[in-house]
Amino acid sequence: MANGPTRRITYRDAMREAIREALTRDPRVFLMGEDVGRYGGAYAVSKGLLAEFGPERIRDTPLSESTFVGAGIGAALGGSRPIVEVMTVNFSLLALDQIVNTAATIRHMSGGQFSVPVVIRMATGAGRQLAAQHAHSLEGWLAHVPGLRIVEPATIEDARGMLWTALQDPDPVLIFEHQTLYNLEGDLPADAGPVDIDRAVVRRHGGDVTVITYGAMLYKSLAAAATLAADGVECEVIDLRTLRPLDMNTIFESVRRTRRVAIVDEGWRSGGLSAEIAARLAESAFYDLDAPIARVCSAEVPIPYPKHLEDAAVPQAAAIVDAVRALLPAPAPR
Amino acid sequence: MSTPPLERTHGQRLLREMIRIRRFEEACAEHYSAGHIRGFLHLYIGEEAVAVGVMQGLTPADAIVATYREHGHALARGIGADPLMAEMFGKQEGCSRGRGGSMHVFDAATRFYGGNAIVGGGLPLAVGLALSDQLLGRRRVTACFFGDGAVAEGEFHESMNLAALWKLPVLFVCENNLYAMGTRIERALSQTDLPAKARTYGMPTASADGMDVTAVEDAARSAAEQVRAGNGPFFLECRTYRFRAHSMFDAELYRDKAEVEEWKTRDPIALLKARLEQAGLLDARELTAIEDEVRGEIARAVAFADAGTWEPVEHLTQDVYTPAAQEANRG
Ligand SMILES: Cc1ncc(C[n+]2csc(CCOP(=O)(O)OP(=O)(O)O)c2C)c(N)n1
Repeated sequence: MANGPTRRITYRDAMREAIREALTRDPRVFLMGEDVGRYGGAYAVSKGLLAEFGPERIRDTPLSESTFVGAGIGAALGGSRPIVEVMTVNFSLLALDQIVNTAATIRHMSGGQFSVPVVIRMATGAGRQLAAQHAHSLEGWLAHVPGLRIVEPATIEDARGMLWTALQDPDPVLIFEHQTLYNLEGDLPADAGPVDIDRAVVRRHGGDVTVITYGAMLYKSLAAAATLAADGVECEVIDLRTLRPLDMNTIFESVRRTRRVAIVDEGWRSGGLSAEIAARLAESAFYDLDAPIARVCSAEVPIPYPKHLEDAAVPQAAAIVDAVRALLPAPAPR
Repeated sequence: MSTPPLERTHGQRLLREMIRIRRFEEACAEHYSAGHIRGFLHLYIGEEAVAVGVMQGLTPADAIVATYREHGHALARGIGADPLMAEMFGKQEGCSRGRGGSMHVFDAATRFYGGNAIVGGGLPLAVGLALSDQLLGRRRVTACFFGDGAVAEGEFHESMNLAALWKLPVLFVCENNLYAMGTRIERALSQTDLPAKARTYGMPTASADGMDVTAVEDAARSAAEQVRAGNGPFFLECRTYRFRAHSMFDAELYRDKAEVEEWKTRDPIALLKARLEQAGLLDARELTAIEDEVRGEIARAVAFADAGTWEPVEHLTQDVYTPAAQEANRG
């Protein structure tokens, strides 16, 4: 991707750099959440920031999800630029009232008088054997709600760049960080800056099948694509990046060329984001399709603790390979 | 700021403010029955002394967070009767452009942040507004109104704790009218001494007779002064009573008529009127002038609302996102 000089960095460190940059650039920015300060963040994202910026701006909160998320919303209304960290999306359910009934509605209910420029970050997803109350992918639920913007950085560059763009957005932005990506290492261009949070990106080009995905599933989709390429099947892999609003244009454009689609979503199939994308394709791209839409989603179970069951519950590269093969006109050579 | 003695101009102003709220809401009830106002309508009649008293201790720079029973707070805060009534009617001339209706009054000019129909939902917001003031070094107060019903919600406890922990400039104003819809306070709370609850969070408290506007004013002024001085939050309980049903849909099967009548003998408007008259601070002619003036104002507000226009349906999806972001966010 990058042509110029790059440096090796983890997703976690990229995220921390993004927060540090935001705190440095804008005195109105502060970070607030459970254990973001002294502990260094549940995922060590904010490690060291307390020493650098002090307890006013790296603010440990009590275990009060509803109130500290609501306080972030209030502080945004009052002219601050809060970054609120919720340990995982599972715990954000205790703050859903504030997110859905307050953050998402105030602009509309006030007839446009008040915007809520809050950024709420949270971890999501399975893969670390944390069992059902720490491993769900509920971002699709929140993507249901008008008034919110939902983004999920899958790459180092997006982890580094999306936060600043989100802070410039006058409306509430929820950033989902997949738990298994924090240790991901990659090359970040030395001149990396803010990134677009409006558009999906094609991460791999190919003319045979479009694979639509986001978050950690990007890597499983890319692995599947590599396997398929060995058999001569070229997948185009789209990283949605933004779950609300959905950038359907990038999807339609790809599907017009490939005429085949597989959607890979760590969320559940029933009532999930994959259902939404499939429905939109059926509504607007039906005649561009040469095969039924395929979906690879998590099994309809709370995510289990044992590794083999957890692996079986969430989409794996092999399942993606199978789903793509089933879309092809003739059985692919084995 | 110190408490002004009850003198003519101020006393009459308090009276006029309470009468405005009363007449405004009587007009609302009338237009609700006529079908001009729809949805849920929660009247504040009987509780006027709380909003009017508390607002005396605040400056235009302070912020207000209210509930769905907020017409009194809105008027006392200085939102005009015209845009407020237009909001009731759902017209685009309303203070929330007609988008919110009775339960969602917003006004940037007076720093009025709703109008929240989630019981307890406004408390975290008030904590955040105050946090922002503290962080940005502004000496402001955020006044947060809520009922005794909200005290049972988790957000009440989380917000008390956080505001006290961080010494945030919030004036918590609990309007204890003894009922949450049809549930009397003893049936909902194991501890009905509400200031005692707040004290467990380590914050100063006071309890005021919510039927006595000057008592509320005194208590609110000194509470707001303490908050403004940087001493952290303050919990003010105002003991009051709503004379009407919870909402226009409520048949009021849960309380005795006799109890309501008993409280009506403590009508805050009648009480202040009598006090002013006895002290020679209000004569019959002045009272008539106030009543006439208010009647005119409310009639004009109704006419304004009635003549107001419906927002074009093409605007439906506006202001879901801020305009710059709107275009991209339709999905
Ligand atoms: C979270 C939530 N639960 C329930 C309701 C329904 N409801 C509306 S008002 C109300 C009673 C609230 O009583 P209180 O807080 O004492 O305020 P009051 O109406 O007496 O002013 C209830 C239960 C609601 N709006 N929000």
